[in-house]
Amino acid sequence: MIDLSLNFAGIKFKNPIVTASGTFGFGREYGQLYDLSKLGGICVKGLTLAPRLGNKPARIAEAPMGMLNSVGLQNPGADAFIRDELTFLRKFDTVIIANISGNTVEEYAQIAEKLSDAKVDMLEVNVSCPNVKAGGLQFGTTVQGVSSVTKAVREVSKVPVMVKLSPNVTDIAEIARAAEGEGADAISLINTLLAMRIDTLTRKPSLANNVGGLSGPAIFPVALRMVWQAASAVKIPVLGMGGVASGNDAVEMFLAGASLVGVGTACFDDPYAPLRIISAIEKYMTDQNITFLSDLIGRLELN
Amino acid sequence: MLNKYLCEVVYSEKLAEDIVALTVVNKQLAEKAVAGQFLHIKCGHSRILRRPISICSIRASAIEIVFEIKGEGTRWLSRRKHGSFLDVLGPLGNGYDMPEGKAIVVGGGLGVPPMLFAADSARNDVAAILGFRSHDRVILHKEFEAVCEKVIVTTEDGSYGKKGTAIEPLRALLASGEYSCVMACGAPLMLRAVAQICKELGAPLQVSLEERMGCGVGACLVCACATKIDGEDEMSRVCMDGPVFSADVVNWDNI
Repeated sequence: MIDLSLNFAGIKFKNPIVTASGTFGFGREYGQLYDLSKLGGICVKGLTLAPRLGNKPARIAEAPMGMLNSVGLQNPGADAFIRDELTFLRKFDTVIIANISGNTVEEYAQIAEKLSDAKVDMLEVNVSCPNVKAGGLQFGTTVQGVSSVTKAVREVSKVPVMVKLSPNVTDIAEIARAAEGEGADAISLINTLLAMRIDTLTRKPSLANNVGGLSGPAIFPVALRMVWQAASAVKIPVLGMGGVASGNDAVEMFLAGASLVGVGTACFDDPYAPLRIISAIEKYMTDQNITFLSDLIGRLELN
Repeated sequence: MLNKYLCEVVYSEKLAEDIVALTVVNKQLAEKAVAGQFLHIKCGHSRILRRPISICSIRASAIEIVFEIKGEGTRWLSRRKHGSFLDVLGPLGNGYDMPEGKAIVVGGGLGVPPMLFAADSARNDVAAILGFRSHDRVILHKEFEAVCEKVIVTTEDGSYGKKGTAIEPLRALLASGEYSCVMACGAPLMLRAVAQICKELGAPLQVSLEERMGCGVGACLVCACATKIDGEDEMSRVCMDGPVFSADVVNWDNI
């Protein structure tokens, strides 16, 4: 009998597949296709204190086995989320993770307190959005930035705090340790890789924002390497994501040290990707005669 | 309601240079789709972004789409042979509200195909104005003749139909007082001009907008369109809140 459930930072997940923030809205759209209770968890679209309109279009460009986006954190604001979306999400038996951003450390603390009081199950602190001028990457690329935001959020939050790390850094281990050092209950990685495309007919960047974040299968090997490095550097659990599109990708993430696996861009190609990946993990475990995920997580055998 | 279907390709035809018509069959999809909606089509295993393509016409279970080969994805799609299957999300988007009175449909270039479905679905007589660059770009003229009481074709260089754009005939038709509303699809510049005339002459207008898309179902927020709803600036989702918008809510300064 396969047991896909696990405890992650004190929260019970029925299975290890979580939809990645920004790719799954607030669940309503894909909820028309399947029961959201089948998911381990849902990381909701990135939230800020005040509503944000986001960047000008074009906000998307294609790349070989990937895509670039520069949405720029368009969202209705934390209050509207709590009022209009959280009650809907609460109808499902799945872990609700609120992804939060701020322009300043104080804003991170304010929105964290608000959503923690609204009883989301967990916070994912976004210090890695490449598409906004203030906040985001500005905090995520230095030890000091990550430390200060993690500390401020950890102080006010009554629910577990997971810090979402950027791949746009030189030493991911040092950043991961900084989050752990200030009391993060978990880390998630990777956010998108800063990227660019140019329209050769107009000689202009394909994105109105000039640059954007690369996601999709193209970044999977980079994500896997960074998950392995980060997981090896900390004792807190890791949510691994970045280009995961198959059960085999997810198992690679587990072996590299991830306890949960995020699925994002794969949903655009196949809306059923999260469910397909859950089934594929189950099949792998059956074939390999593995009962618990703990027998996979971090069980990489290095050369 | 969002759903995923396999559609069999039964016919393909080149309508003009780099413009292809593809007919696919799926009974459920054909029964559900309304004019203005689009299909989000997977274009091969090496591309993770689907291509959003509006529906041109439906006959029983057969759905026709017409698209321009713009890049590798649409090139792949243009090469699908009879008997192959497409992985399709759809029908997506909101579609046109079919008006009570007589309507004018206006299409410009690749905005022409979805207007055929709109003209065919209208409750009353429809006049169509179809604008193209030149004779070699003209598509679907006969098909519109079959479902409209009047069809005016314009080309910018005068090589086919009337010389000029769709704008002048639109002004004339509206001025006749015979028509009570307009539905349009085309390039932003044309739509802006259409919106201006309709506003001037007090004709309600619905426009179908185009934007590069990600998920196609409203979850990823990449296909944003500047709108003004109840006086508030908003970024609406072309895939889910549109692709058909009332011209009144579109923020034309930012289109």
